[in-house]
Order: sequence, then C-alpha cells, then structure tokens
Amino acid sequence: MKADKPLSSLQFGLAAASVSAAVLPHLLRMPWLFAAPIAGILAGRWLQRTRGGTRIPTWLKLPLIAIFPILIIFHFGTILGRAPGSALACAMLALKLVETESRRDARAAVCFSSFVLMSALLLDSGLGFTLLLLTALSVFLAALRELESEQAHSRPWPTALREDLRGGVVALGAAVPLALCVFVFFPRLGSPLWGTPGDFSARTGLGDSMAPGTIQDLLVDDTPAFRVAFDAAPPALTDMYWRGPVLWQFDGTTWSRPEFFASSSRSGDVQAVGEPVGYEITLEPSQRHWLLALDVPLSAPDGAVRGADMSMVSRKPIDSLLVYHLTSAPHYVLEQKLSAEHRRLALQLPADFNPRSRELAQHWRAQLHDDAAVIGAALDLFHNEFTYTLDAPLLARDTVDDFLFGEKKGFCEHFASAFTFLMRAAGIPTRVVTGYQGGYLIRAGHYWLVRQSDAHAWTEVWLDGRGWVRVDPTAAVAPQRVQLGARAAAGDSVRWFQSDWLLATRNRFDFVNRFWNSAVVQFNVLRQQGLLTPFGVEKAEYSHLMAVLIAVSTLLLGLFAWMVLRAPRAHPDTLDAAYAGLRRKLTRAGMPPQDTEGPITLTARAGMLWPQHRDVSLLLADYARLRYAFAVPPAGQVQAFARTVAALRLPAIEPDALSSAT
Amino acid sequence: MNARITAASFWSRILEYAERRLPALTRLKRPETLPILLDRRRIYVVPTRFGLLYSGILATMLLGALNYNNNPALLLTCLLGAASYQSVFQAFRMLNGLELHALRAEPCHAGDPLLANLHFRSHGRRRHSLRLQTSNQEAVFDLADDGAVSMAFSAPQRGWQKLPRLRLSSEYPFGLFHVWSWLNPEFAALVYPRLEVNAPPLPHTGSETAARTTRMSGDELASLREYRPDDPQRNIAWKASARHDRLMVKEFELRRGHEIVLDYAALHGLDHEARISRLARWVGVAEIAQRPYALHLPERRLGPALGTEHRHACLRELALLPGAAP
Repeated sequence: MKADKPLSSLQFGLAAASVSAAVLPHLLRMPWLFAAPIAGILAGRWLQRTRGGTRIPTWLKLPLIAIFPILIIFHFGTILGRAPGSALACAMLALKLVETESRRDARAAVCFSSFVLMSALLLDSGLGFTLLLLTALSVFLAALRELESEQAHSRPWPTALREDLRGGVVALGAAVPLALCVFVFFPRLGSPLWGTPGDFSARTGLGDSMAPGTIQDLLVDDTPAFRVAFDAAPPALTDMYWRGPVLWQFDGTTWSRPEFFASSSRSGDVQAVGEPVGYEITLEPSQRHWLLALDVPLSAPDGAVRGADMSMVSRKPIDSLLVYHLTSAPHYVLEQKLSAEHRRLALQLPADFNPRSRELAQHWRAQLHDDAAVIGAALDLFHNEFTYTLDAPLLARDTVDDFLFGEKKGFCEHFASAFTFLMRAAGIPTRVVTGYQGGYLIRAGHYWLVRQSDAHAWTEVWLDGRGWVRVDPTAAVAPQRVQLGARAAAGDSVRWFQSDWLLATRNRFDFVNRFWNSAVVQFNVLRQQGLLTPFGVEKAEYSHLMAVLIAVSTLLLGLFAWMVLRAPRAHPDTLDAAYAGLRRKLTRAGMPPQDTEGPITLTARAGMLWPQHRDVSLLLADYARLRYAFAVPPAGQVQAFARTVAALRLPAIEPDALSSAT
Repeated sequence: MNARITAASFWSRILEYAERRLPALTRLKRPETLPILLDRRRIYVVPTRFGLLYSGILATMLLGALNYNNNPALLLTCLLGAASYQSVFQAFRMLNGLELHALRAEPCHAGDPLLANLHFRSHGRRRHSLRLQTSNQEAVFDLADDGAVSMAFSAPQRGWQKLPRLRLSSEYPFGLFHVWSWLNPEFAALVYPRLEVNAPPLPHTGSETAARTTRMSGDELASLREYRPDDPQRNIAWKASARHDRLMVKEFELRRGHEIVLDYAALHGLDHEARISRLARWVGVAEIAQRPYALHLPERRLGPALGTEHRHACLRELALLPGAAP
C-alpha cells in the first residue's frame, strides 16, 4: 500500500547519501578493481535518477549481481575474510540502491548501510574516524524520517532536508545518555565467539627484516606507533633509542632475524650503569609480535619474552592497544663475554657480494690495528662524503658497494646496512638494531608520542671488555636526526601533509587521541569488571553488570517516558477561559452570575445594572455568537474577545442599583 | 468454504475473548460522544515489520562489535540503537493528546460517497503522518495545528447512517513503531434516498390538487416573515424591513394550479423503495425547474413550496420513511 508509492527525489537522495556514507570508508581501502566500479555504480545511479529515469531493467541488474561475486572469487580466491567480505558487502549495497524504487527498498538499503558502516570501524578505530562515522548516523536517521514523511512530494526539498537532518541530530543527541549506559555496562565477551580481530587489519610498523625500502615506507607514515609516559624524568632525547627487532643475518639484500631467536628465551646478561628508568608504553596495534622498549630493557612484561639480543617478542600478535610497564637502563654493559655462537652470527657475511667494500674494510684492518680506529674511519667516511636524504635512489645488486662508492646518499637503513657490512668485513662483530628514535613531548598529557615516521635503524658493535656498544652511523652524517628527530633530518624531502604547522597542531591534539584510546578503545572485560569497585563490588560479574544495565536504562527510559507521557495538559478553550474571566469580573463588580444563567439572561441583567456601559452586554452577546454560531469559532475573533475582556474595567455597582436589579 | 467460515468465527471468538479480558478494547468498541481525547490508556504500540528487521540488524551489529571487542563499533551500535528505540516516544507523542472534537457530514444520497469532516485539535503540537483508516479506505494527513480531515464513506442505504470505527495511527518518525488508537465517535449522518436514474418527467398537475388549493390567488401578499439566506432578493420587503429593524420577506401565495403534487400513493406499479427513489429525483427536478411542489406521503404532507429548506425537508421525510411497504 504505502510501499508502492514512488520515491521523491529527496527520499532517494537521502537513501543514496546513506549508502554512499557507508560504502566510502571501505572504498578507500579496497583494490581499485572493486572500488572504481562500485563508485561508478553509485554515481551512475544517482545521475540516472536525477535525470528523471526510474526503474533499471532486470536484464541490466542480474548480470551486475552475478558479476561481483565472480570477480571477488577470481581476485581474492575466496569470498570469506576481511577484504573480500567488505568488497562484497559494498557491491551488494550499491546494487541495492540500483533497484531501490519504493520506500521498502529504501528502508532496507538504509538498514544494511548501518551494518556496513559499523563494519568500517573494525578496520580503524581512531577518534576522528569514529566521530565521522557517528555523524553519518544522523544522515541515516534523516533518511528514515523522510521515508516516513507523508508530504514527501509536496514540501520544498531544502526545508524538508533541513528538518530531517535536524530531527536526526536531535534524536542522536537525545540518545547519548542511554547509549553510554549500554556501552559501559553491556557485558563484554572474554574471548571471541568466532574469528580473530586480526583478520581485519593490515600489519603496520616494523617488520622482522630490513630490505631496501621497508623503513622508507614507515618514514612517511605519521600515525602513532606508541606513547610513553615516564615515571620520573625522561632520558635525554639522544638516548631515546626504542629497541625493536635485532637483525643478524644478511643475504646480500635483506637483513633478518634468525628463526631460533624467536623461541630462545635465554636472557642476555646486562648490567645497568646508573639509575634505571621506569615508564609505561601504550603500543598501537600492529598485528605483529614485536614490543618496543627503551634501550635496553631490564625485564620483559607479562606475556612476552626478552631474547638474548634484548629484543622482546609478545606471544600473541598485538591486535589491540597494549599497555605495559618496563624498566630500562639507558646506560649499560651488555654481554661482556660474547658467546661463540653470537660471534659467528655477528661476523656472518654472504660470500660473493660487495667486493669493493670488503676490500676497503680489509684495507682499514691492515692499516689500523684498533677496532675503535676502524669504527672511527668508517664514521669519518660517512661524515665527510655522504648526505642524508629520504629520496634515496634504488641500489644495484651489490647494494653496499653501490651505496658506498656510487650514490653516497641515503638514510638510516643504508647507513646501518653499509656500516655493519664494513665492520663485519673488518672482523668486528656487529649487528643491526631496528626500532624508533626520538619522540615528541605532548605537554598537555605529560607523555611522549612516537610516530611510525620515527622509525630508525642503527648498529651495535661488540668491543672487547665493553660488550655491545651502540653506534649510530646516521648520526655521523646527520646529527640532527638524533638530536632533533626524523623530521629535522629529512630537510626538504618532507611531504606537504607533514609540514611543520600541521604536525604541530596534530601533536597538540594527540592527547585527545590518547584519552580516546584509554577511555574507549581499551575498555575491556578487565576494566569493566573493575567498574563497580567504588560501590563495593570488587569484581563485577555478568549478573551484576546486567542488573546495573537494566536499572540505569530503566531509570533513563522512565525519565524519558515521564517527560513524554505527562498527561496532555488540559488546554482550556481560549473562548471559555475568557468567558470565565468575564464572569469573575462581574462577580467582583457585585453582580455574581448564577449557575443557571446563560450569556443571554446575563445580558439582560447587565443592561439594567450598567445602562451606561454597553460593553458588558456587547461582550456577552459576542460570546453567545462565537460559541453557538460556529462549529469552530474563528481564532482571530476569539483572540479579540479575550483581549477585550482582559481590558474591561467594570465600576463597582452601588448597593441601591443592585437591590433594584435583583 | 466451510473452513473459511469456521476460521472467521474462530477469529471473532478470539476477538470477543480479548475484548472481555481487555476492558479498554471493549470500552472503545462502544461509540463515544465527542470530544474524544487520545491518552495513554487508549494508545497502543507495536513494532512494525521494518522495526523487527532493523532490530535484527542491530543485534547482528552488537554481536559483531562484541566479538571483535571493538569499542568504537559498539558505541556506534549503541548510539544508533538508542536513537531508534527512543523514537517510540516520539511516535507516541504523535497521538498523545490529540483530540477529535467535531464531526460534520454533508448530506448525500444513497450510493454516493458520504463525505465526513473530522475536526482535530492538536493542542499545539505538530502531528506528522497520521493515518486514518476504515476497513476499506484510508486518509493520510499532517496536522500543523487544529485542522480537519475529510474522509469519504460509502453510504449504501437511506436513513441514519453511523460511521464505522476508525483506526488512527502513525509510524512517525522512523517507521519502526506503529502507534494506533480506535476512534468510534457517536455520530450519525442522514443519507437521502437514492436518486432514480432515467426517471420519467414530472407529473402533470392533477385536478383534485387544484381544487384543494383554497388560499388567496395571484401574486397577492400572504404574510411577512424574517429573511432566510436562501430567499431571493426581489422578495425582500424593504419598507417593512426598515420599520422592523431587520430584513423581512414577503411571502406570496402560490398561483393556483401551478404547483406539482408528488404523491406517493399515485405511483402505481412500483415497489416501496422505487417510489421513494423516484420522488427524491422529482424533488430535485422540480427545484431545478423552479416549480413549487408538494410532497404527499402516506403519513405526512409537505408544501407546496419551493426552496432549499423545503427540498431538504422533503428529502429528509423520504429518507426516514419506514422501510417496509405499507
């Protein structure tokens, strides 16, 4: 009945806006093979509808519906999983819009849009993104409102749109208390019912190997890697080396970590020199196993293992924000006695790569008898002849030779790689350490923010009697990289979106993100169980939470109901109210009307009492006319009557006049 | 066929039972006097089909967000759910406090639609997408303020006709909840008899009627009476009006022999309803021809006269004639 009415252009427009809002966040992460046709279908359908076209013929729809699943299986090999699932949902939603011609279709489209929109949050749960999607909800509600409107075809669309959007925003605003109550108290699942969250997001951050270009990708990524709050004074910026994976093996192009380090839990021997530093790290989810720590950590947090090379590995991939507290020694003596196995690993080199570099190293070895002198020679070479740039060219097969004798420019990855190669060729045990260097102090929150773009690679050499010593060859070329941060070193090769003021603004507002992370994103079973501690419940059980949820939401809904259901205020008829006023005035003037007296009989009496005052009689006659001559008395005349009554001043009647009248 | 009848009677038994158990329903089945104010005792709410589908989707979203322990997604789901479920209050407000305070119906002939105007008082609240339904028709309207909605009912028979029970509902704002109430106003509209199609021309003046007219002849003035809105201007007695301070109208005696007598008894060979139907048609024809007419019914005689008032009086008598043939 109602469903058969054709959609007005505003109704269709709002439904299309809802679908687009739901699909857009997915399109940005989808391969172009799918994103382009889906966007094309949406835009085409919208154009077609605004040009006055209506129904799309079935012969066009059916192949479209068939072709997407086939394409998806062809491209991804499966229809299950994150990427194919989101592509399929978006394609089907877009096709739903193609066939949307009735209110029922449009409602279903909006309904499924909300599901697709929500699933976008499984990919990214940042504050800005979430807020954006929450505002999209008001478009959904506006669409539903417009679909219910009976005047869809008669109202001018800008007015209607404004009203609908306002209605949507108001409904969302009014929903905030109840939504928060449900959000806080709805019992969380301790373990997932199916799947793992990990299958939704791509891996980010440092990998367990370093090939040319891997760090380059990170250097242009401004998303936070982790945040650090120090218990006491932070170490100097030049000491802020955040240790990640340590790489030993080199095959000519790629540095990697030997497999057995992952399982070996043999702790290296480390002695702190000076006061250790305590701090808490909030690690962004990376889908990897690495934990970051200030160089070098004195212990590993729960659920993680510290390897012999002082890098830490979590047992589970980090699929949600992870918070851990650590103590590190910025100054230390590490592995004073080098095991034979480590020595072998730290000297390993592929046989037939980089002959010129080998030759140079052996030349140094022959000339200089001291390890420290060899290191100094290499650093001098870097310092005098090399430049730091992020726009490093691609290197030839003998990467180190090409870098040392050809291009002579690059960034941390190249310097660390070349330096380690030279040292090993000169017989000094050396390894590559990857991680982050530096950080940005967020004053508002008293914590340090480390971004992916702070990723760094440096080296450690083993010196007899001193153990592993950190040598940062990048610092020899561009000291500002270590003293001022990655951005200062990058110079001109900074992208526009990394410009200073923008980054400064973003840093300033990072504490909002941190609050979002700690208050919302990390709210889990454990935190929920602690919710009722102030009320004497140490560990809130499922039943406690449910009871509180029901109690609070009942209270909120009751409040709402009370506001809405208050008995409709008896709106007294304006005319009768004014007449009652007139009768009161008559009473006050000394002529109390009897209950049996109607306006006409009163007119006669009033005429005798106030012969000079015709107003009273006229008013009474007016009332009789307004009350009985119309089905619905004209509002204007009623208002005028009420005004005249209000303005009426009646002189008190003298007693003798009264007696003669009654 | 039999099965259908059984099912129908079974259903009506259930309804009877329900109305015995739920006094509110029973009370509302009985016609009520105007004004009828809708309040929470008589407004019912159920989710619509779309509301149920929507709940299903919300439940899926909730489960998904919980499973992946994704709090922002959960927050979004909660917000959407709270906003949509709280719309039940808004839907309720569309009917709450609405008042049906007057009802008018235009006179109509049996077989024509009976147009009734229902006057609502919205008490200062905008009412959106109200839907007024009977078993076979509906009217959809918005009320910005007090206002009326007209609805056509079928009027198959002459005489007093009661309005059927009306169902007033709204699914505003999001179409998730169906809020409704019954309106059963105590109201009867007069339905005039059906007009005969292809009726024969007006009967000629019979001699017996002429003889019976004993009043004064010609255009002579018979009396003065007060002005009624239908009176032709030329009949106004201006001098007399000036004397009496109000408009007076001259009443002329009808010319002898010019009036038509529409006699129920004279229509031989037709059944009761057919006679009424023809008389009703003739009343209309005589009005159009501006020829004074008298209506002779078994129990009553009207006229002779001419004019809207006379016409309505005649049609009313015809409409209210007892059903069975005398």
